[in-house]
Amino acid sequence: MFNFPEQIIFRISDIIDIGVDWILENLRFLFDFIREIIFSVYTGTEFILSAIPWWAYLIVLLIAGWRLYSIKTGIVLTLMLFSIGMFGLWDMMVDTLVMVVISVAVSILIGLPTGIFMAKSKRLERILKPILDAMQTMPSFVYLIPAVMLFSLGNVPAVFATTIYAIPPLIRLTYLGITNVNKEVVEAGLSFGSTPMQMLTKIELPQAVSTIMTGVNQTTMMAMAMVVIASMIGADGIGAEVLIAIRRLEVGRGFQAGLAIVFLAIILDRIMQGIVKKFERGM
Amino acid sequence: MAAIQIENLTKIFGQPKAVVKAIEMLSNDLDPKDVGEQTNTTIALNNVSFTIEDKELFVIVGLSGSGKSTLIRCLNLINEPTSGKILIDGEDITCLKGQSLREFRRKRISMVFQHFGLLSHRSIVKNVEYGLEIQGIDKKTRREMALETIEIVGLKGWEDKKPNQLSGGMKQRVGLARAIVTEPEILLMDEPYSALDPLIRRDMQNELLTLEDYINRTIVFITHDMNEAFKMGDRIALMKDGKIIQIGTPQEFFSNPADDYVKDFISDVDKTQIYKARNILRKDQLIVHLDDLRQDVFNLMNQKKTDICYVIDNKGIFLGQISKETLAKSRSKGIEKYVDYVEPITRNTYLKDLWSRFEDADENLPVVDSKGKFKGVLSKDDMISVLAG
Repeated sequence: MFNFPEQIIFRISDIIDIGVDWILENLRFLFDFIREIIFSVYTGTEFILSAIPWWAYLIVLLIAGWRLYSIKTGIVLTLMLFSIGMFGLWDMMVDTLVMVVISVAVSILIGLPTGIFMAKSKRLERILKPILDAMQTMPSFVYLIPAVMLFSLGNVPAVFATTIYAIPPLIRLTYLGITNVNKEVVEAGLSFGSTPMQMLTKIELPQAVSTIMTGVNQTTMMAMAMVVIASMIGADGIGAEVLIAIRRLEVGRGFQAGLAIVFLAIILDRIMQGIVKKFERGM
Repeated sequence: MAAIQIENLTKIFGQPKAVVKAIEMLSNDLDPKDVGEQTNTTIALNNVSFTIEDKELFVIVGLSGSGKSTLIRCLNLINEPTSGKILIDGEDITCLKGQSLREFRRKRISMVFQHFGLLSHRSIVKNVEYGLEIQGIDKKTRREMALETIEIVGLKGWEDKKPNQLSGGMKQRVGLARAIVTEPEILLMDEPYSALDPLIRRDMQNELLTLEDYINRTIVFITHDMNEAFKMGDRIALMKDGKIIQIGTPQEFFSNPADDYVKDFISDVDKTQIYKARNILRKDQLIVHLDDLRQDVFNLMNQKKTDICYVIDNKGIFLGQISKETLAKSRSKGIEKYVDYVEPITRNTYLKDLWSRFEDADENLPVVDSKGKFKGVLSKDDMISVLAG
């Protein structure tokens, strides 16, 4: 009487499983291909970022902080990065950074044109808006399951899941930036006889650039969060350290890794926000 | 020559199907207000027809929502008319599309906006260059043209600043420079000075009137301020609910208002602040060139039954006047030595400032523009009737 009737229980999980099985069987080659691409990009980026000596990171950060804010901020940010090294987490930090960099780069590559098309096409806007809403409300580790199914364990599915998770704010803010360009500015562009391409490159994108950069900043922060969670499917980086600490109940080790993650997030956020402000001031 | 001829122009905003229905209902002579409500459309322009003369400063005035902004945006097709024709020098522009529309906008028409519409990411000079840049004019030429125009509008030295470093009045000068640098035939100005504070606005109005003599093109000027309309306009069109209520010169509005709405609208206007020499010019005088022969001029004056003629040089610059009496007495070939110089009035001088000139002169006074070109004459009678009536 008080229980939900057994007869009408219908699990969509079975259907999804069948669908995924079909995809795996028939589109294996496609995912292997994508896997190879992500893998070589990952290896390449890791090679480059690991080849940079640790002190070069510190110097660049010091100068960036000083230029974007003040010498004081530069020193604080540099000290944060330095302490990550002191915790013995430098190599892991670089691994995390590699994954964030790739995810953000892919997000920009896909998200920017998508956002532009969304601003230009009413139909695409109607289709994409609910999808973006759904993507942003989905719990982050749900993305890990299809990633594992399609690409098994390791850094490749981690990059894949991170990109999917991190891309919505960039699409949304690109769309918002372009649709919010002042109406008279758009009319001025039209009234002088701009082509659609001139409108985009000479008026809309430059006017939207600070909004788009805010989107890149948000995407970076979300990628950062997801890369940590992706340690659950075997991603390298500081997240793996946290996972180990949880399994062994090593509180100190976990806290230290957590602090390193926070430091890295603050550094990335400050630098990106500084760049956004630079763009805004330029206007 | 008529520069812009507008015929039965209608613009309705709304869903395509509703617009079709609204047109049908309007053609059945239903009340536009009811039609708009029933079909859920906005009837911004309802069957408007009028003509703007070549090189005229034409002002469209009306309260917000009267359709004036829609009308001006139809002229460069930022708003596509629902029906009707817009003929510019006889060519219907409403059928322009794609590249030919862009060419039209690039070369023949430009616009100044109420809130300036400047590109905040570009410096002043690059803002002014924009129209030339998208036409593909090379960097050096367009920079030269832009700098020249910036100097004309009085912003020399501000070229490399960004728009947000400028005051409102200066921003609008940039907007004006950007619009005239492409040398269009028609200049559209959408409430250009409404966002400025009163003192700056007055200066900008006077400057535009002076500048007009140099840029010398058809100007369509929109405003909601009747004082501004009468101050600026050669002719004025008063709009209400998507229709033109009255069209004419300032005097015509005062001497013959079409209805109570017009009367109400013009009741606040301070006439002495409005009437300038240009508003009551007489343009039917005999004009002769300096190198014309005495006998020809004399014959012409007999033919036209006039006692006085005005002498100009090849560039149209006013040199003086000749009376029939002087010509009748002499026998020489040319007319040069008979030219009697009279201090002319510049056409943007307010009538109230001209009383002193008329106190010691009974005859008509010649009127010139700020470059010295002869534009017509001003008679004492006209002046008295305007200021008294």
